[in-house]
Amino acid sequence: MGSSVGEGAKLQPSRAGSRLCVRCGERKAALKRPKTLEQICRECFYVVFEDEIHQTIANNSLFKAGDRVAIGASGGKDSTVLAYVLSELNRRYNYGLDLFLLSVDEGITGYRDDSLETVKRNEIQYGLPLKIVSYKDLYGWTMDDIVKAIGLKNNCTFCGVFRRQALDRGAALLKADKIVTGHNADDIAETVLLNILRGDIARLSRCTFITTGEDGPIPRCKPFKYTYEKEIVMYAYFKKLDYFSTECIYSPNAYRGFAREFIKDLERMRPRAILDIIKSGENFRISTTTRMPEQGTCERCGYISSQKLCKACVLLDGLNRGLPKLGIGRTKVGAGAERNTSSLQGKHGNFDF
Amino acid sequence: MAGASACGGAGCGPHCSSSSSGAGAEGDAPAERMGRLSIAAGASTTTCGKCDGGGAVVAVSGGAGMCGECFRAYLFGKFKLAVTSNAMVRPTDAVLLAFSGGPASRVALQFIHEMQSKAIQSWETSNSQALPAFGVGVAFVDESALLARPEHESEMATEDIKSIVSSLSPGHKKVHVAPLEDVFSSGSEDKAATLKEVVGMINDETGRDDFIRCLLMLSLQKIALENGYTKIMLGTCASGIARHVLSATVKGQGYSLPADVQYVDTRWDVPVVLPLHDCLAQELSLLCELDSLKTQQLLDRPCSGINSLVASFVSRLRDENPSREHTILRTAQKLKPFSFNMFSANGYHDFLPSRLRPKFQNVDTNDTTFSEILCLICGSPFSESELQNLENTKHKAQRKIDMYTAHCCQSCHFQILPAATDMYEHFFSLLPKFWTEKVDTAVTASANHGSLRDQIEDYLLEEDDDEN
Repeated sequence: MGSSVGEGAKLQPSRAGSRLCVRCGERKAALKRPKTLEQICRECFYVVFEDEIHQTIANNSLFKAGDRVAIGASGGKDSTVLAYVLSELNRRYNYGLDLFLLSVDEGITGYRDDSLETVKRNEIQYGLPLKIVSYKDLYGWTMDDIVKAIGLKNNCTFCGVFRRQALDRGAALLKADKIVTGHNADDIAETVLLNILRGDIARLSRCTFITTGEDGPIPRCKPFKYTYEKEIVMYAYFKKLDYFSTECIYSPNAYRGFAREFIKDLERMRPRAILDIIKSGENFRISTTTRMPEQGTCERCGYISSQKLCKACVLLDGLNRGLPKLGIGRTKVGAGAERNTSSLQGKHGNFDF
Repeated sequence: MAGASACGGAGCGPHCSSSSSGAGAEGDAPAERMGRLSIAAGASTTTCGKCDGGGAVVAVSGGAGMCGECFRAYLFGKFKLAVTSNAMVRPTDAVLLAFSGGPASRVALQFIHEMQSKAIQSWETSNSQALPAFGVGVAFVDESALLARPEHESEMATEDIKSIVSSLSPGHKKVHVAPLEDVFSSGSEDKAATLKEVVGMINDETGRDDFIRCLLMLSLQKIALENGYTKIMLGTCASGIARHVLSATVKGQGYSLPADVQYVDTRWDVPVVLPLHDCLAQELSLLCELDSLKTQQLLDRPCSGINSLVASFVSRLRDENPSREHTILRTAQKLKPFSFNMFSANGYHDFLPSRLRPKFQNVDTNDTTFSEILCLICGSPFSESELQNLENTKHKAQRKIDMYTAHCCQSCHFQILPAATDMYEHFFSLLPKFWTEKVDTAVTASANHGSLRDQIEDYLLEEDDDEN
């Protein structure tokens, strides 16, 4: 991945204007590639960025011709760039995919309405049909309602669980064969670390899989598994892509989390460390018997579940019965439910994709 | 820098160090220091919950407050359990304790001394005197050449260490002080210069740090081999292991990670054991304070680069939740260890009382060698992709350098080997012969085996699947 130029050695900072792109040697270098620190021009950046994603898709056989693919679209940079690049690569390499945008409306006034506007614009800009599913329709509760009921401590847990199911239901409505999400290398590295810190060996063994849920209704995959967040931002910036960049208004204030800070510091010291964490995650010697919990279905809604009731139903139960802590924290009585809201939450609140 | 206090003042093991409990910290009142340690805070009562003595609580573990006596017994209990349940020390063993001068290795020294004293007593009072007491020696590896410390400091530290050890009786323990550069068998050449030169060829800061740790292990092996020791005991504690789990993950060493975090490690010529495996650095520091166990940290070298970043990270995690290090350890324990993470020589466990032997019954085999290929520098077992790369190189390689390079794991390849490939030849020529000779032997053995096979291939009916 990338040349060895700059890796491990300390490059003298030099102004972009004074150097030529190390890839083409023709154009002026416009940027330093976050992944490899190579100084390249914009055009070459587009090429390596898109090419690496294409390689990831091809090497992992993520799609087959004729697949109907639902792109989880939040309006944020990851999903916007994903939609853009996927439709571009679909055209360029004739993947033969039927692409759709699938958006989830959690019902967060002032945040989600705005980001949904972005996705609606993406629909027009990229020419991809859009389907929106809402928490209100699916569960009878919006995130605004939920936060009013339970406050700001465990709201991310609710949202994460509900969103996952919402995506599956929306994809089913679209008759999709696959779901793709914009989870990037930084997200996956963070999840590997968090699972180590939490002692969750079962999740640790699964979290680096590029495709998950293959034995479920609709598999989902992450083409950005090896794509750096910084490079996604860079791509969106240079291509002037339309995306919504504010953090969710219900996420903890000034929240970065220990793990994310640590990864940022690591990246500064050694850019390839993010990929190295993922490689470690892929290579952990975990016995296969610990990997998968038994797959069953929820007694109430039929969704895939390892327990009698799926997590969404348990949480909903809690909401509807005025028992907001139901399903939060460990099943031990009196266990510190507080623990789950510590700095060990990932960016998206829970650790299942 | 934050990294210095990451261990809570306890240098974990002979090579990881923190200098925060050096001279400067001695001025702090013990109560204040204990107050800082979150293990003492949060006790539900102020008197010991374990004994009837009603002593003041100095530490909390699992919700129970303990007085000083109980706390010491608690830590010693963990140490002893690790030693006995992993069959770490046989009566016939000569144990070399790696002493860094920090709190963790100081406690290891104290505890192994206590176990030895008891064994000596038993032997003296026993009629048959059939079970001799094991021997203990102490090794200190002097890194002054790299620290650019004035010579008198190095002498002071060494004298200090000798006096600490000689104050422990009964049981005479020889102290071996070796400069790190002794691993280079340069002969008449200046070994310190060789050490500095080879370290200077490493561009990556973390790589330099890790390389020095590898040299430290080699140094201990050398001392043990030359003086007839049969076991090396490290003071590596739970906190150090937790840090290693994260730093190995971050360096892409997820596959080999379990090798370094077990109680027993027989990869080396002299097996290595980690009896403080389940003790936290904070606990060990506290014990040193309570019992006035003298430490010597003048020659500490703080960790750097990624290792330092990880140390700060773990420190912040620990502040937020004191049991986080244990959780990290538990995760690592769920990873599959390697065959060399247990004693498997035939009859090894015969010295155990019969009630303990069943536990090891399926382990004793005639096979004293293991099949993993190890990195020539750090000893990490090769993952599948590294093995594949080695295989490919075997078929193509013309030069020794290619074989040496292919015997380095991907992490050492990236962070330790010089950035410029034309420097490889020189770099490998400077490395301790101990390491490169192993590859030479393996290559020759493989070639011989291959040529033998060629002669009889026509008569072989089965595929030879012993590729590695």
